[in-house]
Amino acid sequence: MAKRSLSKTALPTILTYLGLLVGLVFAGFPILWMFFTSLKSNTEIFALPPRLLPKRTTLEAYTAIFNDPEKVRFFINSYLVAGVVTLITLLIAILTAYGFSRYTFRGKNTLNIFIISTQTVPPITLLIPYFGMVVWFGIFNTYFALILTYMVFTLPYAILLMTGYLNTLPRELDEAVLVDGGSSWTALWRVVVPLSVPGIVATAVYTFLLAWNEFLFALTLTKSMNMRTVPIGIEMLMGQHAFEWNQMMAMSVLGSLPLLVLYLLAQRYFLAGMTAGSVKS
Amino acid sequence: MNRTIQRPTGRSGKQRKRGILSYKTQKKLVPLLYVAPAAFLFALLMLFPMLTVLRYSLMDSAIMSKTPVFVGIKNYLTLFADPVFWQSVVQTLYFTVMSVIFHLLIGLAFALLLNTNLVHPVVRSLLRVLFILPWLFTAVIIAIIWRLLLDPNGVINSILMTLHIVDFKVEWFSSTRTALHALTFANIWAGYPLYMVSLLAGLQGIPKDLYEAAGIDGAGAFQKFRYITIPQLTPIIISIALLDFIWTMQVFPLVWMTTGGGPIYATEVLSTYTYKLAFSSYQFSQASASAIFILLMSMSVTYFYIKHQRAR
Repeated sequence: MAKRSLSKTALPTILTYLGLLVGLVFAGFPILWMFFTSLKSNTEIFALPPRLLPKRTTLEAYTAIFNDPEKVRFFINSYLVAGVVTLITLLIAILTAYGFSRYTFRGKNTLNIFIISTQTVPPITLLIPYFGMVVWFGIFNTYFALILTYMVFTLPYAILLMTGYLNTLPRELDEAVLVDGGSSWTALWRVVVPLSVPGIVATAVYTFLLAWNEFLFALTLTKSMNMRTVPIGIEMLMGQHAFEWNQMMAMSVLGSLPLLVLYLLAQRYFLAGMTAGSVKS
Repeated sequence: MNRTIQRPTGRSGKQRKRGILSYKTQKKLVPLLYVAPAAFLFALLMLFPMLTVLRYSLMDSAIMSKTPVFVGIKNYLTLFADPVFWQSVVQTLYFTVMSVIFHLLIGLAFALLLNTNLVHPVVRSLLRVLFILPWLFTAVIIAIIWRLLLDPNGVINSILMTLHIVDFKVEWFSSTRTALHALTFANIWAGYPLYMVSLLAGLQGIPKDLYEAAGIDGAGAFQKFRYITIPQLTPIIISIALLDFIWTMQVFPLVWMTTGGGPIYATEVLSTYTYKLAFSSYQFSQASASAIFILLMSMSVTYFYIKHQRAR
């Protein structure tokens, strides 16, 4: 390929760049439109002819959100629920992954298939019994309802990701601890966990993303405005003020921000997480 | 995920006998303790609810009545007699099949474009980040972005009218003729990055000497693509397509936030249909029957997925 003359590669190069440009517009335009709409005043949003950049840039949509305790609460709820879910998921996933990666035991295969198939169970199928269960436990409309039920879709990924990661660490590491008289518990926390930081970061980011984006359970298992998470908050606002597009877009920008930041910070690990299960590394 | 199905050799580390339990019992117990919290949660959040929803589906007025009666498959018969249910099934399949096909085509196209040496590496890595962005957005946010863009007075109508492709303001999400297509389009936009990333990783894993050998044998670019690239990517394509099929079939927030299943029933999919049965009309028994139906649909695809994963 390298030895071709310029004229021979010129056309494919131009076509490739053209294809990438089309792709960039396809992927980027809706996002840019969302971002710049959040900086417009509401009267300008459907102005003709449509302009991507605002004529007058204003942060009024953002100040309106920050000055409304109800909307700020959506964000607090989302950070809290996603944060706690991430912590508990990580803890349980690390323990389970260690068991899976270092031991054989009866029922291991069954549990493994169970975990893999949990990934594909429709949330709507679980929602109906969850509703009954949450009411029965007396945790309807509380953080506990969300934290508990979110585990069902965060745990399978976290366990599979962490098991995959622990499998890459040589067994001799924990054996060294055992020979020195330590228990497997010491080996796990003193040796294995410190070496698994990249895997833990990937798992944490992915878990946070899943929990942050959840919609169906949050819609059904909470009821009052002060328990709503960001996605449901946006849904509620959509019903109430369908015409305040700049605020809706500002909410969307703020609602996507933590994921964008996490993604950019942990990009390399994160991509490994995204492709886990579909690509064998 | 077959990395988790490995068979470790027994630990060679020696543990001294401690406490009342024999060394052998201890050794058997330790791994079970590590997996116990997860096993408990899966029993509570998966096994128990599945049995519950199955039980609900065989009873009369579950949840709503204190003393529900066992009615056998009556709820299923009622469900299957409802034309809206079958309409939802067809629409779910249309939405899913179209999404999977276009996710794959767009994801593959982007992966190939990003994998060439013709583009400057900096441009490549920058675009790789940008092309993934749609995947990061919550379904609710994707829904309202597209509601804004596809608003009758929105920018897309405005562009299409300037180009004389349409000559009136199309009500994309509120016309029975366009709503399902608009919805599918929004989902296609949001879902291709998973394919792109996985296929890009797959492309980079294809050994270079395969192409060199083919080049020596006189294969052209298209033949290389047809006889090397595609066969090498096939296992990845099958895995993601199956997973995507399962997940797309379960779509809820995107539909709920754009059309809510309407206009009339034009965009009703199985999950919105079931949700409304349960939480708008409080027909929990019939909703459970519908939920079991979705579960069986998912499980039948999952069977192939697990089989495929284990074969790899």
